[in-house]
Amino acid sequence: MSVQVRTFARLAEAASAISSERGARFLGGGTLLMRAVNEADPAIQTIVRTTDSNLSHIAVSSGRIELGAGATMAAILAERELAFLHPAARAVGGPAIRQAATVGGNLFAPSPYGDLATALLALDATVMLAGGFAQREVPIDEFFGRREREPSLVSAVAFKRPAAGAFRFLKVTRVHPKGISVLCIAAQLPVTSGRIAGARIAYGAMGPTPLRAKTAERALEGRALDVAGINPALAVAGEGTNPTDDAIASAWWRREILPVHLRRLLLSVGQE
Amino acid sequence: MKTPIRFHLNGEEVATFAESGANLLDVLRESVGDLSVKGGCWQGTCGTCTVLIDGAPRVACVTLAETCDGRAIETVAGLRRGADLHPLQTAFIDGFAAQCGYCTPGMLMAAKALLDRNPTPTREEVVDAIAGNLCRCTGYEPIIEAVLAAARSDNRRRA
Amino acid sequence: MLELRKDIFADERDDNLKEIGQPTERQDILGHVTGTSAFYDDHRFANLLHLKVLRSPHAHARIRSVDDSAAARAPGVKRIIRAADVPVNLNTLLSLIQFGKDDEPSLATDVVRYKGEPILGIVATSERASLEALAQVRVSYDPLPAVFDVEEALKPGAVSVNATYPKNTFEYYGKYDHQKLRFGDVEAGFAQADVVLEERYQMSPIEHAPTETNGSIAVPDTNGRFVVYTSTQALFFSLDTAAKINAMQSNQLHFIGGTVGGGFGGKVDTLTEPLAILAARLTGAAVRYRLSRHEEMQFGAPRGAERIYVKDGVMNDGRIVARKVRAYFDSGAYTRLSSYAAVKCAAHIPGPYTIPNVHADVYCVFTNRTPATAMRGFGVTALDFALECQMDKLATAIGMDPLEFRMLNAYRDGDMKAHRREAKNCALIECAQVAAQKANWPLREEFRRMSSRQGGTPTRAGTADRSRAPAAAAAAPSAPQRVTYEQPAAAAATRPAPAVPPRQTTPPPPAPPPPGSTHGAPRFSSVFGTRRR
Repeated sequence: MSVQVRTFARLAEAASAISSERGARFLGGGTLLMRAVNEADPAIQTIVRTTDSNLSHIAVSSGRIELGAGATMAAILAERELAFLHPAARAVGGPAIRQAATVGGNLFAPSPYGDLATALLALDATVMLAGGFAQREVPIDEFFGRREREPSLVSAVAFKRPAAGAFRFLKVTRVHPKGISVLCIAAQLPVTSGRIAGARIAYGAMGPTPLRAKTAERALEGRALDVAGINPALAVAGEGTNPTDDAIASAWWRREILPVHLRRLLLSVGQE
Repeated sequence: MKTPIRFHLNGEEVATFAESGANLLDVLRESVGDLSVKGGCWQGTCGTCTVLIDGAPRVACVTLAETCDGRAIETVAGLRRGADLHPLQTAFIDGFAAQCGYCTPGMLMAAKALLDRNPTPTREEVVDAIAGNLCRCTGYEPIIEAVLAAARSDNRRRA
Repeated sequence: MLELRKDIFADERDDNLKEIGQPTERQDILGHVTGTSAFYDDHRFANLLHLKVLRSPHAHARIRSVDDSAAARAPGVKRIIRAADVPVNLNTLLSLIQFGKDDEPSLATDVVRYKGEPILGIVATSERASLEALAQVRVSYDPLPAVFDVEEALKPGAVSVNATYPKNTFEYYGKYDHQKLRFGDVEAGFAQADVVLEERYQMSPIEHAPTETNGSIAVPDTNGRFVVYTSTQALFFSLDTAAKINAMQSNQLHFIGGTVGGGFGGKVDTLTEPLAILAARLTGAAVRYRLSRHEEMQFGAPRGAERIYVKDGVMNDGRIVARKVRAYFDSGAYTRLSSYAAVKCAAHIPGPYTIPNVHADVYCVFTNRTPATAMRGFGVTALDFALECQMDKLATAIGMDPLEFRMLNAYRDGDMKAHRREAKNCALIECAQVAAQKANWPLREEFRRMSSRQGGTPTRAGTADRSRAPAAAAAAPSAPQRVTYEQPAAAAATRPAPAVPPRQTTPPPPAPPPPGSTHGAPRFSSVFGTRRR
């Protein structure tokens, strides 16, 4: 009948509850979970939550940044040290949603949601999982590959601070200033002597999870970030993508506009 | 299964028993009887049910009610300053910023969240503040103008 | 700010205006900004029950069986409402004015005809209990082929959507499958034209998406009466519809509403009241039937899709000499109000322009889509989109300014319209002139001097109805709101006007209702085809 709510003081206890009960879901910000509860989704019988304040920590050191899975978009936007990530955090919903939406929730949000998760993929983040007897760390692309099959609970993500001006984010949406992604693109574009070295490009809403545009990344290697330099990457912009039709846009449309927006992102002045 | 919840609503202490797993919108309307909060989607996407929790704007329909235990919640029912209207309310009236009125409570709370922390917003900041609130009637322009007018009048009053 | 151009048509008006042009406070806005305006759901009742409905997942299917036995035993369930429980389970909205045949069930019986069609209702102690019980209802369907396109639906051998109208078109006056407008000879017009242009215009269904979804609460009152709080835009219309479906006298229902959280036409179809009332009758309790946002999108009626073909013949000097329109309204699976939308469309063709040869066929077509309803000027809005896009294309085709092109072809007072009515109180020319001024859009001198009151004659359109005189021959002004005026002698008809009877100053009494009518509603001339003379 009504959904049970179980509250735990420590994340590890919540993790056991998640893995032991079939109908249990972890409450992040609630923006997706509570919607399903409101619609009487029969798959959800128990809401598991924690009051563990560790979950929302944000730790910024000179090279490394760690975001607790419970950190909200609003908390990220309040951190000046995370200014490079603000375009991605601001892209999630409106101000009220951002007060609730969490890093962890965004990692599990199904496509076409997952704007921050896409940014984290371009940042080569490591995902820390809670539960079991030891913390496990997995690279974020491996996490996306497994998230449907294995129930897990994320405790935090960590990544290296990108070089100044090297991180860019763009979201394509029909409704401004907020709306669900038609697609989004996050890119780390480190430049050495005017040439790209080790680019990371991630797409959101172009497949069942955020994905890396590895062919485009290779095509950018050693190139200049100008009109001529990026052409080979634009030609292979869509390789490896597998968008679907949904209420927001058709797969065809997403494939058509992807290279247009990748071009704009690559040629834009670096964002803050 | 009923869960006890206690919080402050518009400055008054409230206690109720809510169905386990209930969202804050349903608790406010059904258990506590504050009908000034409206529901548009119960999906967290329209912003109609925007309330303030400890001063921050929140979408009540996707907020698990029991997470609000001990918090201070504000709804449009508490917006008036006694017999006087809040400057936002006056500005909405003067600026024809409501037609059917259904999105209005949520708009007012989203705007209040902005003005409480930023009394001199730019137009862009107002647009961002109401970005999570859908209106099907006004086309938004009268609402944006009313929030800016309220900011100006409130600042003149305080000056 | 609002600007009143009182100089235009000043001689036709009494301009003692005290309210018009002055801002005034909305009478409900204080309630809106304090959250005290009472929408239908802002009323609470002890032991309120909740009705939710099982809906077809198929666009078209036969229902083989419905097993609600597990649902009936589910926790919190008070009553299951089945098709057999509905006292009058076939209706059409405009039966209230005897227009159309009953074609739509409140709960589907043997066939479902659109995705989202209601099949069964469950009344329970909470919405959640009702939804969980609905999940336990087992329905087996035989899916049937479906049709989603208006022209496909009219092809021979097409899937038959609506059992009452098996050929997929609404029937007008018991025998016509479309609305027809004929004036002059369009083929002769096309033959004479310098340029002929045919285009197709279309649109998808449009969802009103009101911030407040459709819903109602029915509450047992005393003496077998029910009070109904409702989101409807049309209190009496919904009351009468609900009374008919429930086989109740209308004086047993008290509808309370009027504060609508966004209507736009999407809250006239009386989607929730009939079943809410039935549920209240069957349980003896107050019952709320509220559409979720998902139901509002899927089941809530949209503005119907339309497809419109416009073929025009135009002369190089700018005169449109022929207009042929073929329009299709996608009514979805049932009639609702689309039959009337097609009438309005036909009444609006060819737009506010004097065209000597006009030919129009307007169809109200059934498809396996959600039944369509009214929205913001329905019947006319999409047609105007088509006609005005066409006007721009025609102007381009002959190299004429699009605004001057419209002014050249605009109705003038005294012109004969394709519907054989005299054009009166025309103002398109003046509107265009003011718009051009505001937009700094250059108009040639002759267009700046044009007037709606000059140049109109019954013969300008070519086919004059000789039993009607032009405005110039009227002896005296008629009823106060109808204005007549002298035409300048130079613009008078070239033939002497035939003698005419003096104009009546009061309209003739309405015709008595036809035999067999139950409601005695006055006949609507546009609906029944009679004309005022």
